[in-house]
Amino acid sequence: MTSPPIVLRLSGITKRFGPLVANDSISLTLYEGEVLALLGENGAGKTTLMNILFGHYVADEGSIEAFGQPLPPGSPRAALAAGIGMVHQHFTLADNLSVLDNVAVGTEPLWRPRSDRAAAKAKLLDLARRFGLEVRPDAPVGDLSVGERQRVEILKALYRDARVLILDEPTAVLTPQESASLFDTLRRLTADGLAVVFISHKMNEVFAASDTVAVLRGGRLVATRRTAATDREELAELMVGRALKPPTPAPLEPGEPVLTLSGVTVGSGHGRPLLDAVDLTVRRRQIVGIAGVSGNGQTALAELVSGLIHPESGTMALKGEAIGSAGPAEMVRRGVARIPEDRHAAGLVGAMAVWENLIAERYHDRAFQRFGLIRRGAARAYAEEVIAAFDVRCPGPDARTQLLSGGNMQKLILGRTLAHGPDLILASQPTRGLDVGAVSYVHGRLLEARAAGAGVLLISEDLDEILALADGITVAYHGRLTPVLPHGRVSVRQLGLLMAGHWEILPEIVDAA
Amino acid sequence: MRLEPREHTPLAARLLAPVAAVAAALALCALLVAWTGAPVLRAYGLLLEGAAGSRFALTETLTRATPLILTGLAAAVAFRAKLWNIGAEGQLYMGALAAVVLGGGMLDLPAWLLLPTVMIAGAAAGGATLLGPAVLKVRFGVDEVVTTLLLNFIVLLLVSMLLEGALKDPMGMGWPQSAPVVEAAELPKLVERTRLHTGLLVALGLSALLWLIDTRTIWGYENRAVGANPRAAAFAGMPVTRVMLRTALLSGGLAGLAGVIEVCGLKGYLTLDLSPGFGYSGIVVAMLAQLHPVGVVGAAVFIAGIFVGADAMSRAMPVPNYIADVLVAASLLCMLVAGLLTRYRLRRG
Amino acid sequence: MELFQTILDILVSAAFWTAVLRIATPYILGTLGELLCERAGVLNLGIEGIMTLGAMAGWMAVYQGADLWTGVLVAALCGGLMGLLHATLTVPLGLSQHVAGIGVTLLGTSLSYFVYRLVLPQASTPPTVEPFQPLDLPGALAQTPMTYMALILVGVVAYVLYRTPVGLAVRMVGENPAAAEAQGLSVTAVRVGAVVAGSALMALAGAFLTLSAFNAFFFNMVNGRGWICIALVVFASWRPGKALLGAVLFAAFDALQLRLQQVAGGVLPYQLFLMMPYLLSILALVLVARRASYPRALMIPYRKGER
Repeated sequence: MTSPPIVLRLSGITKRFGPLVANDSISLTLYEGEVLALLGENGAGKTTLMNILFGHYVADEGSIEAFGQPLPPGSPRAALAAGIGMVHQHFTLADNLSVLDNVAVGTEPLWRPRSDRAAAKAKLLDLARRFGLEVRPDAPVGDLSVGERQRVEILKALYRDARVLILDEPTAVLTPQESASLFDTLRRLTADGLAVVFISHKMNEVFAASDTVAVLRGGRLVATRRTAATDREELAELMVGRALKPPTPAPLEPGEPVLTLSGVTVGSGHGRPLLDAVDLTVRRRQIVGIAGVSGNGQTALAELVSGLIHPESGTMALKGEAIGSAGPAEMVRRGVARIPEDRHAAGLVGAMAVWENLIAERYHDRAFQRFGLIRRGAARAYAEEVIAAFDVRCPGPDARTQLLSGGNMQKLILGRTLAHGPDLILASQPTRGLDVGAVSYVHGRLLEARAAGAGVLLISEDLDEILALADGITVAYHGRLTPVLPHGRVSVRQLGLLMAGHWEILPEIVDAA
Repeated sequence: MRLEPREHTPLAARLLAPVAAVAAALALCALLVAWTGAPVLRAYGLLLEGAAGSRFALTETLTRATPLILTGLAAAVAFRAKLWNIGAEGQLYMGALAAVVLGGGMLDLPAWLLLPTVMIAGAAAGGATLLGPAVLKVRFGVDEVVTTLLLNFIVLLLVSMLLEGALKDPMGMGWPQSAPVVEAAELPKLVERTRLHTGLLVALGLSALLWLIDTRTIWGYENRAVGANPRAAAFAGMPVTRVMLRTALLSGGLAGLAGVIEVCGLKGYLTLDLSPGFGYSGIVVAMLAQLHPVGVVGAAVFIAGIFVGADAMSRAMPVPNYIADVLVAASLLCMLVAGLLTRYRLRRG
Repeated sequence: MELFQTILDILVSAAFWTAVLRIATPYILGTLGELLCERAGVLNLGIEGIMTLGAMAGWMAVYQGADLWTGVLVAALCGGLMGLLHATLTVPLGLSQHVAGIGVTLLGTSLSYFVYRLVLPQASTPPTVEPFQPLDLPGALAQTPMTYMALILVGVVAYVLYRTPVGLAVRMVGENPAAAEAQGLSVTAVRVGAVVAGSALMALAGAFLTLSAFNAFFFNMVNGRGWICIALVVFASWRPGKALLGAVLFAAFDALQLRLQQVAGGVLPYQLFLMMPYLLSILALVLVARRASYPRALMIPYRKGER
């Protein structure tokens, strides 16, 4: 048996960021017509490796060969010319420009006196037809759904005659059904002779789509296997380096409601409201998970419960008390612990010290100020306590916050907000981008708070996280929420359909439950 | 080559940055001086002598530094909150206007009461002038850079209108200038037979006070948080809009006070050339000081020395005194780069 | 009613529209230049200083014996150099576009004054040159070649931005530099190029003042025109055609206030009329600010590979 030609060979790639070794002497080979899954936890070095391959970063050591030719480092242009295309996890599209503009930019000689848009459009439509990637060339990208944007990203690569396609966590933002259709597309591409690398930390995707799987852990390549010749247990162990113990929340009897939304509408000013007559109840000792593709009202819901925006109609009540337009400070005072979606942008002030961030929600307390003067000694001492209690790894309370790792930043936020025995916890994407240790720490803390009597509103794009933690699940679609469905009474397939807007199946689920 | 963030900046680097920037600016401007045909070292020697070579030169430099400290503080507090106040020049004139209106005999008060009243009024006038653009920014999202810049022109035209109209000094021989302020509204001299006045003490006191507010109070704490990351500050429950408006009042007030002090301490009356660009130079002062309220004092003295020294130099050799403005602009640009190098390091690859 | 009649009389006179186009020319050029920079994602507050330098350099070249078009070229080159300075600071180094721009304005202005004083140490009345003459055309068409050049440049900039690959690249780096980088474009090169070209246009606006509208260089002669151009860019929603419209509208108001000043000069202080353009600019900003759709990456530095 002769193996198909080699399209890509990475040899001894090493990349350091300061003291952190993101990639440690990694060697990989990719064959024509093959789907290679790059499996690993967050922080294992998958994205760094692909960014080196595509020329966003320059490796400290090692070399890359594409189709037998050495690939010059640090140049996306060279990677593109060598037939490598990349679909980033965070799409690199300009919302204000059309699909065609986004696809065609940079493909013509820069100083050509006139763009040949007719030819570009014809080529785009032809590719779209051939691979079943339907798009509207003249629509502004800003108007497209997430799935459509991903199609544009893939078309961008195909338009440049890519022979190797790299996809970074392509399913993170898709419904299960959209993911399935993406895998179909990948099959059509490999049938056409392309090679595909896709990055994932999800086991089931590896089995659904790949021929070969390479496992990364802590920056090193720990194993390469034929997908058909391995199983979940082996991969899980390779990936984590120890047996996984998923959290198994013991069922608890829910208590009285801590958060009640009735008919809440927000952002009805322009077009479709961000939240559309939403009803939701979160009780003590209960975790309610909001599932859904991003952009279906989750951000507005989080901002509402954070106190950043207020209902235009309908009411929000905490522990049975209606609250009008309470701001963030008032929400904190009323016992709401808030974990923001974006810890860098909204959670912490990176340029300030750890202790200054820890008192940010309660610096008006008499404990931390007198007559407007900050009691620095008291604040530092308090910070020391929280740092110890929440295992924040940092040089001390005076360290600049931006130097902390993502996991430690999240622990800092947990410490700031959970240290005061909250009644309601709003957790928005609480583990996004964290490594496996930090993820289980965050999950543990949320379950602990639930056992202590708090209600938890968990908003996550990671369906697995919701399935692992939530007692009840509701799906967000176009600013509306389904009724809370008890965990265990709804299948992943059904959730996927609900996430895609097929709410006509709701009666059968509710009836069965 | 690429830039890599430093984990922390040693204090020495922060202190050295302005020195390096100024040295670079002096070196660059040496080319211009050489172009004029003047001997470079001698020119710079004369500049130094003119700025600090005698008791008189020193008092002149400090006199010039007084308004620069205040406009420098105005820029520093605003820039820290990412409020791009480029309108200190206009705010300064509004303060000066308040000074000649209230101090010109309208209020019959003893000096100990009149001076503070005039100062507060001037600061309020300056603050109100910046409040407008600040409100437009938080309410309508109008970029404050352009509005504050345009307001400078509007204020100058307003002053010109008043100096030719309602405020015109009847004894002014027809010149567009206001009547002088009454004696009770004059700031006492600091050193006899020089122009140096007690306004300097006010400026120094405010610089120290702002530093204390910045580091020790919840006001300063809120200001720093809002300046560094307004979104996170709002999420934590800080009153971001109020902090912005408060900063605007403070920044504009400091610039307005500069106008009051120039009128009450130095000129005695208001003309259209009260400020040779103190508002704009204040930006350079603030940047050289890396927005630190105490650093502003040093930076202001330096910039004042350049202006005073360049005047002396240009009287002695054929180098136009605009060399001072070039030097100041070059210092600002060099400081930007020097500041970057304290936060990043250059790495190959 | 009388005022209304006066305004109407002014508006229908050909001389008025001649003046409007003349007044509009520096605004057209300056706004186009700023627009080009901002479309690539770089705010250029150096405009006021670059216009001053363009005015001085263009005039100085002609005063030293160059012909008028060489003067224009010299101005554009000086503007491009200042643009290169601004771009170096803000693009590869990623420094604050606000502060760098103010620095460039201070430098451009002071350098102009320095050089002017150095060459002409004791000129009490500013020396003059023979400026561009209006073309021999009827009515409002009787403009100098520089005005026609400005009008043609509106079309050129619009064509380049919307119809050529390089224009698409400029728009892309202004919207999403990471996307441009991923498509193999050099964000640095495109941004620097756009800022240099835009700054050259600004300098042309300055040169128009000394070589076409007037015949000498005065201190403070740019007098805030650059800042007004920045307001006009916002007003124009970053579109060249609308920039032309905005500049002409603005110039019409300016010309109108000049005429009214002559008519009503005795009653109201002239400063009130002179304030009008500035007040108008602020008003325009307030009106459009809410619905302005900024280039998404405006004022955001892009550093390749930064995490």
